[in-house]
Amino acid sequence: MSTAIRWFWFASPQTFLPLAGAIARWCALGAALLAAAGLYVGFFVAPTDAQQGEVYRIIFIHVPAAWMSMFLYLVMALWAAVGLAFNTRLSHMMARAIAPTGALFTFIALWTGSLWGKPTWGTYWVWDARLTSELILLFLYLGFMALQASIEDPRRSDRAGALLAIVGAVNVPIIYYSVQWWNTLHQGASVSLTRAPSMAAAMLTGMLLMALAFWLYSIAVTLVRVRCIILERQ
Amino acid sequence: MKPRHKRIAAIALGVAALGIATALVLTAFQKNLVFFFTPSQVAANEAPQGRTFRIGGMVVVGSLKRSGVDVSFAVTDTAKTIPVVYRGALPDLFREGKGVVAQGSLGDDGVFRAREVLAKHDENYMPPDAAHALEQAKKAQRTVQTR
Repeated sequence: MSTAIRWFWFASPQTFLPLAGAIARWCALGAALLAAAGLYVGFFVAPTDAQQGEVYRIIFIHVPAAWMSMFLYLVMALWAAVGLAFNTRLSHMMARAIAPTGALFTFIALWTGSLWGKPTWGTYWVWDARLTSELILLFLYLGFMALQASIEDPRRSDRAGALLAIVGAVNVPIIYYSVQWWNTLHQGASVSLTRAPSMAAAMLTGMLLMALAFWLYSIAVTLVRVRCIILERQ
Repeated sequence: MKPRHKRIAAIALGVAALGIATALVLTAFQKNLVFFFTPSQVAANEAPQGRTFRIGGMVVVGSLKRSGVDVSFAVTDTAKTIPVVYRGALPDLFREGKGVVAQGSLGDDGVFRAREVLAKHDENYMPPDAAHALEQAKKAQRTVQTR
């Protein structure tokens, strides 16, 4: 039973503060190493694509960033829901700390996608279901941050933001499945859990290394931000 | 029931209701959410009449003809085929046998007059030698079948 109680012990911001600092340091180091390895594999080891030539290499940034943008939103919404249900301060702080990183990855996904679209599709932007729903995701992140910033009282600000985060979560499955549900200009997924990936092994390795690097980076900056929020509110 | 159990139930119910509502809305707008129509849908008069829309499909192999800046090609979804005429530069990834999306309008003669042509590439990434090997294998299979 004592192990179960330890978890709630960590839910207290004061005890979480030093732990978050230690995890953040190690994750930042891991992120830097993995990103270096991922970029090396992506730019020097992975072969040129038969159809697209060298331009496809933007995939090593684009796809991991797009994955993170969706995944971070779900994590943010989950923390927000936990915060609403259990009234735990740390959960709301986690949700608040994730938002800027999620917005950053959403912006990177849109930006690299646009740069990739011009030489391949022949356009920077089209209003197809995938691109539009990803843009809505960016607005949800920005809306969440703006809403929380506009309410002075921390508890009310936390709750208002949490509600928006939870409501916005319906958009994530729409982004992910948009390429299956509707005709889109954006191609389908090359990598999914249900079937073998449709790309060369070296390309996949580079992409997964970058995805892991983005994961660790997200954990590191979120924890650093949580530490700031904890210290601010003391 | 403790207050926090009530709150969890409320959140779960809220998310479920929102999910169902979104699903209903998206189903209702199904037709407006497609980025392009396939040649079969155009043949079945599902595409909007008398205004611009996009068609999408594969460029028929051997159908591409150029004369100056004017190009013509045919788009197929293997069931139906629509001839397309276009004036302007084609995107780099425009290839016969690959995906394409064209925006424009359908003339009374059944020819689609495109104002914009976009290439739609697939989700397969492979080195050129692997692509070459695949092509050879396909050709070999075809010769076996015709024999």
